[in-house]
Amino acid sequence: MIVLRYVFEPGFFASGPVHIALAVGAVVAVTSAVVGLFTVMRGQSFAGHSLADIATTGGSGAFLVGVNQFWGYLAFGAGAAAFMEMIGVQRRRGRDVATGVVLGAALGLAALFLYLGTQYSSTTGASFAILFGSIFVITSSTVPVLIASALLALATVVALGRVLLLSSLSPDIAAARGVPVRAVGAAFLMALATSVALSAMIIGAVLSTALLIGPAATALRVTKGPVRAAAVAAGIGVAATWLGILLAYDSFYWPPAGRGWPVSFFVVTLIVGGYLVSYLRRRDRGKVAPTEPDREHACSVA
Amino acid sequence: MFSGLMLNTWIAATAVAVIAGVTGFFAVLRGSTFAAHAIPNGAFAGAAGASLLGLNPFAGLAVFSLAGALGIAGLSRRARSDVATALTFVMMLGIGALFVSWSTEYAQEAYSLLFGEVFGVSTGEVLPILALGAASVAAIVVMFRPLMLSSALPEMAAARGVSARRMELAFLLVMALATSMTVPVVGALLMFSLMIGPAAAARSLTARPARAMFLSVAIALVTVWAGIALSYQSNWPLGFFVGVLGAVFFLAGRAYAATRRRLHLDRTARGAA
Amino acid sequence: MTGELLRLDRVGVRLGGREILRDVSFTIRPGEFTGLIGPNGAGKTTLLRVILGLQDVTQGSVLIDGAPRAPRDASIGYVPQKLGIEPDMPLRVRDVVSLGIDGHKFGIRLPSRARRERVDEMLTAVGAEGYADARVGELSGGEQQRVMIAHALIGRPRLLLLDEPLANLDISSEQGIVSVLARLAPAEGIAVLLSAHDMNPLMPVMDRIIYVAAGRAAVGTTDEVVRPEVLSRLYGQHVDVIRVHGRVLVVAAPEGAVDPALRDEDASVVG
Repeated sequence: MIVLRYVFEPGFFASGPVHIALAVGAVVAVTSAVVGLFTVMRGQSFAGHSLADIATTGGSGAFLVGVNQFWGYLAFGAGAAAFMEMIGVQRRRGRDVATGVVLGAALGLAALFLYLGTQYSSTTGASFAILFGSIFVITSSTVPVLIASALLALATVVALGRVLLLSSLSPDIAAARGVPVRAVGAAFLMALATSVALSAMIIGAVLSTALLIGPAATALRVTKGPVRAAAVAAGIGVAATWLGILLAYDSFYWPPAGRGWPVSFFVVTLIVGGYLVSYLRRRDRGKVAPTEPDREHACSVA
Repeated sequence: MFSGLMLNTWIAATAVAVIAGVTGFFAVLRGSTFAAHAIPNGAFAGAAGASLLGLNPFAGLAVFSLAGALGIAGLSRRARSDVATALTFVMMLGIGALFVSWSTEYAQEAYSLLFGEVFGVSTGEVLPILALGAASVAAIVVMFRPLMLSSALPEMAAARGVSARRMELAFLLVMALATSMTVPVVGALLMFSLMIGPAAAARSLTARPARAMFLSVAIALVTVWAGIALSYQSNWPLGFFVGVLGAVFFLAGRAYAATRRRLHLDRTARGAA
Repeated sequence: MTGELLRLDRVGVRLGGREILRDVSFTIRPGEFTGLIGPNGAGKTTLLRVILGLQDVTQGSVLIDGAPRAPRDASIGYVPQKLGIEPDMPLRVRDVVSLGIDGHKFGIRLPSRARRERVDEMLTAVGAEGYADARVGELSGGEQQRVMIAHALIGRPRLLLLDEPLANLDISSEQGIVSVLARLAPAEGIAVLLSAHDMNPLMPVMDRIIYVAAGRAAVGTTDEVVRPEVLSRLYGQHVDVIRVHGRVLVVAAPEGAVDPALRDEDASVVG
């Protein structure tokens, strides 16, 4: 149909990079959404954000060393997660500043790595790709690794699902029932770090939080039970990612630059837009707003 | 290092440090670290968009950051603040990424707006930076007492007719204005370090507000000057030095405070014995 | 030792240099309803945590069915004082109760009709069927208590511990909770240990009382324990016991100076 030709620019379905983008994008979106759901539920959004900043450093470092940035995202993210676990949980307000300042140093390091990297390599736009994503240039050799990591993280979170729910409900009940609460928390942080690394491949390290938090936050506003929330979050994530890929492909000849608008821009806008739309729906059903900005809960690292 | 070209940089950076020190002091006092993180990203988007249009960037820059500040204030009141922060943060970065992608030098542009650019300050830019910096500092000086009161003792301030919400808004707007000027020099991602690191360090060193604010400015100045000097010598990015020095001063301040507390405890213990 | 579900022998707990509990001994037999009464900060929560295995003892022993507690002991149910949840947590009431069956197990489980029926039954038993699909974070205190009781009971424990379930509830909610427990526990032969700082709502249903004050405990029936001599020895200062219309009030006597002589006497009465 002619309409379809306007929606899907020619070559969309035939393009190799698009296939890869759609496949990897879908798997990563689902993983991020589900992991993100648990992240928001456990009040660990700030941890997710911190891991994203540290992943930036990792990706830049990988670039400097000449390795695929995914390994950098993953290695630094996992390392940071392990460190967070070691220094223990329960962050309160005073610690925000400490974490923030340390993250600032990590970003400073990222700046250095990117600078040095661009000195020694001839690839243009590497900084942009690391910061804002490079979904169309994922090589086919990395695809199996990405998909395997995503499935591993997803499987971990699904297998731990009930235990995570119980621990969020009451860590004491969980511990009394024999749940190894700390080990479970550590495993979750690893899954989170992996998720962040994967999202970073799609929409960049700096923006990866969007795929993690956005769909989950929206799902929490419109559904109730855990399984349904996970399904809705995954659906939103995949929809935003696929639509973002499509729009980015279509935008190739759009003004002003004639080289396409970034995928990450579309994905982030769709996700944030979806979240705002959910506000229109539930306006009369009682807001979730606390009377005072809920910073204490908001900024716990674990 | 002190040639004519660099002079602009020194002046601009000094203004930046003063602004950062002053606003950072209040940001730390009010616990507005998330705003300090998110607002510079509005400036990033604004700067990217404005430079794209080739206009004098500051108008667009200021508008965007102000819009961002209002957005944050509005959204965080209705949504869970952690979610609101994260989403506003990424939205503005996303828009900034879009604008940057439209420019011809997009990689370099993105980099310098996020991580800072030492050599990019032209004479035409110094004056607006100084002017707006002076305006922000003046605004803070004028608001100093009600702002202090509502930051430290919000209920008491409210009883005296100082609305917490209005102060919050005013403060966010000043922060937006201030950071919009400073982002082209220090970079959006590192502005946070310059605001929070020195201010938090100052707080560890003294409890008296006026002294803490001056100390905060002083440490920010040292950070920026050292950063520029080191950046000039090594060619390494300014953002790197700002981030690392910010962290170093912060940790040093904490260490100092911890040792002083322990000495004090020892002294009182010994005194009691 | 036969017939004893839970036995604490001279248990002492020391935390952060402070002695929270000292020389606490009591037993609980199957089906007994015991009140753990005492003022705030007396050590009730610590005692419950000791039984649950969440807190180590510095002295003494805790035996369940005559043996030390195994790590995955499903025979003790727990209703904590506070839940760590946000209003928008994606858990409905029925999800919470369902977690009581196997929330501690790893892996996926598929929904089954039998499970759903079991959950519905339990919801009806505690009177929560009216809000079974509501988010647990949006419930009132009393409603949450019922849900958590259902959560604990569905795991078929033999002993149910409740930490201050009646605190912050209005009187009718209080009575509701007590009557739910009084109805369900004996029906299944479940022993109950419930902590509270006011013993009055529990008077009609308590078999025995463990009165905790200043880290020590007096154990027995209400008549044996709630007496000025016994409680004065426990508190280490003179207290009066006032009975009005079947209710009990424990108040410090006007000249209440801490009397060290009273404290050192052995205050435990095991009935």
